[in-house]
Amino acid sequence: MTNSKKNRIKDKLFEYFGIACTFFGLVMLAIFIGNILIDGLTRIDLDFLQNLPSRKPEKSGILTAWTGSLWILCFTTLIAFPLGVAAGIYLEEYGKKSSLSSLLEVNISNLAGVPSIIYGLLGLEIFVRVFSLGNSILAGAFTLALLILPIIIVATREAIRAVPPSIRAASYGLGASKWQTVWHQVLPASMGGIFTGVILAISRAVGETAPLIVVGALAYVPFTPSSPMDEFTVMPIQIFNWVSRPLHGFTINAAAAIIILLLITFIMNGIAVYLRNKWQKKISW
Amino acid sequence: MTNELNYILESKNVNVYYGELHALKDINLKIQKNSVTALIGPSGCGKSTFLRVFNRMNDYIDSFKIEGDVFMEGQNIYDKKVRVDELRKNIGMVFQKPNPFPKSIYENVAYGLKIQGIKDKEFLMDRVENSLKQAALWDEVKDDLKKSALALSGGQQQRICIARALAVEPNVLLMDEPTSALDPISTAKVEELINELKEKYTIVIVTHNMQQASRVSDNTAFFYMGDLIEHAKTEDIFRNPKKERTQNYITGRFG
Repeated sequence: MTNSKKNRIKDKLFEYFGIACTFFGLVMLAIFIGNILIDGLTRIDLDFLQNLPSRKPEKSGILTAWTGSLWILCFTTLIAFPLGVAAGIYLEEYGKKSSLSSLLEVNISNLAGVPSIIYGLLGLEIFVRVFSLGNSILAGAFTLALLILPIIIVATREAIRAVPPSIRAASYGLGASKWQTVWHQVLPASMGGIFTGVILAISRAVGETAPLIVVGALAYVPFTPSSPMDEFTVMPIQIFNWVSRPLHGFTINAAAAIIILLLITFIMNGIAVYLRNKWQKKISW
Repeated sequence: MTNELNYILESKNVNVYYGELHALKDINLKIQKNSVTALIGPSGCGKSTFLRVFNRMNDYIDSFKIEGDVFMEGQNIYDKKVRVDELRKNIGMVFQKPNPFPKSIYENVAYGLKIQGIKDKEFLMDRVENSLKQAALWDEVKDDLKKSALALSGGQQQRICIARALAVEPNVLLMDEPTSALDPISTAKVEELINELKEKYTIVIVTHNMQQASRVSDNTAFFYMGDLIEHAKTEDIFRNPKKERTQNYITGRFG
C-alpha cells in the first residue's frame, strides 16, 4: 500500500470517528427526550397545568411548581440583572488596572465555577437566617441571583469589550462624560450581548435544584405564592419529588413536568440566539 | 502675524512621557487662527500625540504624563479648573478611521448637542442641516437622515464625522490622518472641505501624505523622534527647508 493511500484511509477513518463523536451526545439526548415524550406527552393537558399537587398522581398538577418557578425567575432577574450589568460596566469602563482589579477578576471567574450547593448554603446562612427572610421566594431568588451573577458579569464585560474603542473616542471627543458615553453609546451597542448572557444565565437558574432545596423550597406546597415572602416550590424540585415516589403514575407526572421544563429552557435559549443574531446584523462595524 | 491675538493654540515647553518613553521633547509651537497647520513626520515621531495634547485625548492612557503648558486663547487647558468636556466642545476631533456611531445620520450629528442637554427639535434640526451642509454631505443624505450612518460609504462616513464635530461649533478642528482610510475621490472631497472650513475654523491636521500637506495647509510642522524639527509656512518647508532632516524627509530619502 502506498503512503498516499494510507493517508487517505486515515483521513476517512478520522472523518467517521468524528461523526460518531458528534452524534454520541445528540443520540443520547434524542433517546432521552424520546423516552420522556412517550411517557409524558399524553399526560400534559390543561388540568395538569392548573392542578395543585395531590396524593393521587392522576389528580396532581404542576400549578404550584410553575408559578413558583415564575416568581423565582422574575425576582432573580430583577436582582441579578442590574447588579451584574453595573458590576460589568464598572470593571470594564471605570476600574483602573490595579492588583485589586485583577484580584476581583480572578475571583469572579472562580465564583462562576463554585458548585451550586455551596451557594445554597451561603443563601441559607445569609438570606434565610441573618436577613430572616425565611424559606421565602425572596430568599431563593437572592440565592439564585448570587449564583448567576458571575455569568452575567462576564457576559456584560465581553459584550462591552466588543464595542470598538473608536466609538468611545468619538463620544469623548465631542465632550461627552464617561457616563454619557457608557449610557448613549457603549450600552446600546452591547445590549444584544448582554441580553443573550442574561437569558442564558436565567435559563440556568430555571433548572437549579440543589441551592433551593438547601434554602428551604418545599416539595409539597398546597397553594400558589401570592407574595415574595411566601413559601414556594419550583419545577425541578417537583420533578425530583415525583421521581422518588414509588407509584408509577408519579413517574409519568415527572416525565410530563420534564417536558414542560425542557420547553421553557429551549424557548429561552432560542430567544437568546435570536437576539444575538438580530443585534449582530444590526451592528456590523 | 506678530500680533499675539492671531494665535489660538500655543504649546510652551511641552514634554510628554508614556512611562519610560519620552514621546515629545520640549515642544514650543503656536498655531494661527483660521489657518490649516499640518503636522508631518515619520510614524512614531509624536505628531499624533501632539495633536491629542490639544483636546486632552491622551488623558485616557494610563502611562501618559505631560509637563509644560498648553494654551487655548490664553487659557491653560491643563489647569485643574478646566473641565475637559467644556474644552472638547471648543476643540473638535476627526479620527483616522471613520467612526460614526451605530445610529442614524441625524442622531450622529445631533449627539454632541444632545449630550449638552439641548432638546429643542427645531434648533437641533437646524444645526444638523447646517453641519451637513458645511461637510458637503447634505445633498447626498437629506432624504434619509433616519438611515443608519453605518450604511454609508467610507468617504461619506468620514464627512458625517466631520459634520458631527462641526455641530457643536468648535473653534478648532483636530484631524488625525482623516483621509488615510479613504479612496482618492473621497480624499479630494475632504481636502476641498478643509479649504472651505478654514474660513471659520482653525484646523490642525496630521498627515502622512506630503502632497496632502502641501495642498491643504498654510503652515507645516515637521516632527522627528519626539522633536519639533521645523515649523514654517508650508511653501517654505517644501520649497526651501532650513534643516537637512526636513529636506531628507520631504524628498523621501527616509521616513
